[in-house]
Amino acid sequence: MKNQWHRFDFILLPVLGGIFILLLWHISSHTWSGDLPDPAKTWHESKPYVLDPWGKRGELDQGILRFTLLSLGLVAKGYAIALILGTPIGFCLGLSPTFTKIFDPIIQILRPVSPLAWLPLGMVLFAKIKGINITEIAALFTIALCSMWPTVLNTAVGVRAIPTDYLNVARVLKLSRWKTLTRVMIPATLPYMFTGFRLSLGIAWLVIVAAEMLTGRPGVGGFLWQQYNALVYEQIILCILTIGGTGFILDRLMSVIERRFKTA
Amino acid sequence: MSAHLELFNLKKVYASARGPQTIVQDFNLKIAKGEFVTIIGHSGCGKSTVLMMIAGLTEIRDGGIILAGRELSGPGPDRGIVFQSPSLLPWMTARENVMLGINQVFFTATRLEREQIAEYYLTVVGLADFMDKRPAELSQGMRQRVGIARAFALKPKMLLLDEPFGMLDSLTRYELQQVLINLWRRNQITTVMVTHDVDEALYLSDRVVCMTDGPEAGIGEILEVKLPRPRDRKTLMEHPEYHRLRATLIEFLEVRAHQRKPMPAHQTAPAESIPVSA
Repeated sequence: MKNQWHRFDFILLPVLGGIFILLLWHISSHTWSGDLPDPAKTWHESKPYVLDPWGKRGELDQGILRFTLLSLGLVAKGYAIALILGTPIGFCLGLSPTFTKIFDPIIQILRPVSPLAWLPLGMVLFAKIKGINITEIAALFTIALCSMWPTVLNTAVGVRAIPTDYLNVARVLKLSRWKTLTRVMIPATLPYMFTGFRLSLGIAWLVIVAAEMLTGRPGVGGFLWQQYNALVYEQIILCILTIGGTGFILDRLMSVIERRFKTA
Repeated sequence: MSAHLELFNLKKVYASARGPQTIVQDFNLKIAKGEFVTIIGHSGCGKSTVLMMIAGLTEIRDGGIILAGRELSGPGPDRGIVFQSPSLLPWMTARENVMLGINQVFFTATRLEREQIAEYYLTVVGLADFMDKRPAELSQGMRQRVGIARAFALKPKMLLLDEPFGMLDSLTRYELQQVLINLWRRNQITTVMVTHDVDEALYLSDRVVCMTDGPEAGIGEILEVKLPRPRDRKTLMEHPEYHRLRATLIEFLEVRAHQRKPMPAHQTAPAESIPVSA
């Protein structure tokens, strides 16, 4: 009898957790947190955004998937910059102890800085450049700068962990520097690099909300901030769930890719 | 005799916590073309260090190495190396691993010719059906076969083997010794192998160089193995000379290797009284 129930654990237990949180939310909104809309009201007010996910009624009044796509587009650009910059920096750190000694302290200091701090700097930094969309550039600057560190550090660790045997093979065969890099070092580092890529993507997605909030760009984060300022609280929770869900899916996708390279 | 490979006054010093440590010194050896020489000694005596010095993968403090009339400096594909661990690149198939070296050495050959070299050597070591498998899909013994094919395929001036069968079970080891000795006979390639397996040394070598224990290890004794080739493991076991050599080697490893100064060889050990520990 008991075993039969255990078979459905994988679905029953998470549902149980969900019900618990909904209950907590419902009770909270009716007791100590008067401004918090209860689950039923949240769903009712979010319906237009969920049921018409691609709708566009205004710049900051769009379907939830449309917002998500806008945010993802910005993240993709910032993330690409992070990888393009972060991977070579990681390689330099891994290859050269001198390079590490010069730049590691700076990296350790810059790494914990919050996106909220970088964004204003981005706005100042690119203010005098003409013909660019300053808020977009500042947002990309922030996303790239915040999300590149896991890629940098994991790549560096991966390069340091390349087995001496592999490097000896390259030395014995007198492979050129380029061939040693492309045929031996990069493939050997790939598993580490992908761990970094996955963590970086998580951070890039984390930063998007802050970036959109401060710049007022349309997207999940911008929408959330606007609704808060307009005292419409129902969609805040919708946005949070969307951000969480998207982040979760991104992380799963990256682990699938990462696992492919683990066995290589 | 004009040596194909000459090691003179080789010295190796490692930095350690207690200051510089001399691992090997006054190592002199001449090896003729086509000769198979084995260096035997206890673990950590520095025999692999000697091999790595010949390979150019570790720095030499003093002395020098001359191969085919030219002093060596640094590593190069003129010395084919089989490491203890197969050291294959795991993201490449067996064929690609072999091709990596061939492309370096025979860069003037056509693509087809290079492919043929790889296929030939992989077939000779018995991997005709496994060329496009990655190392993870191959057994330990098969991986080492790829390692052997990779070394021979470069047509090197000499072969360096660093305990190549150390990680294999004894049946696989026998098989691979056979693969190796067949290739060696066919290619007449000068070979230096490091091992601590007495039977392996006697089965394969023309000469066995016994190293004393480190630090400051050197050559204790050199045995000529004048057993007829091709050797057959079974008839070898019945050969009196084989037993005499085996006893001498074991006696060296058990007693004389530990003595600080290399002693002159004294061939008095009776074969029967030596406990056989293989």
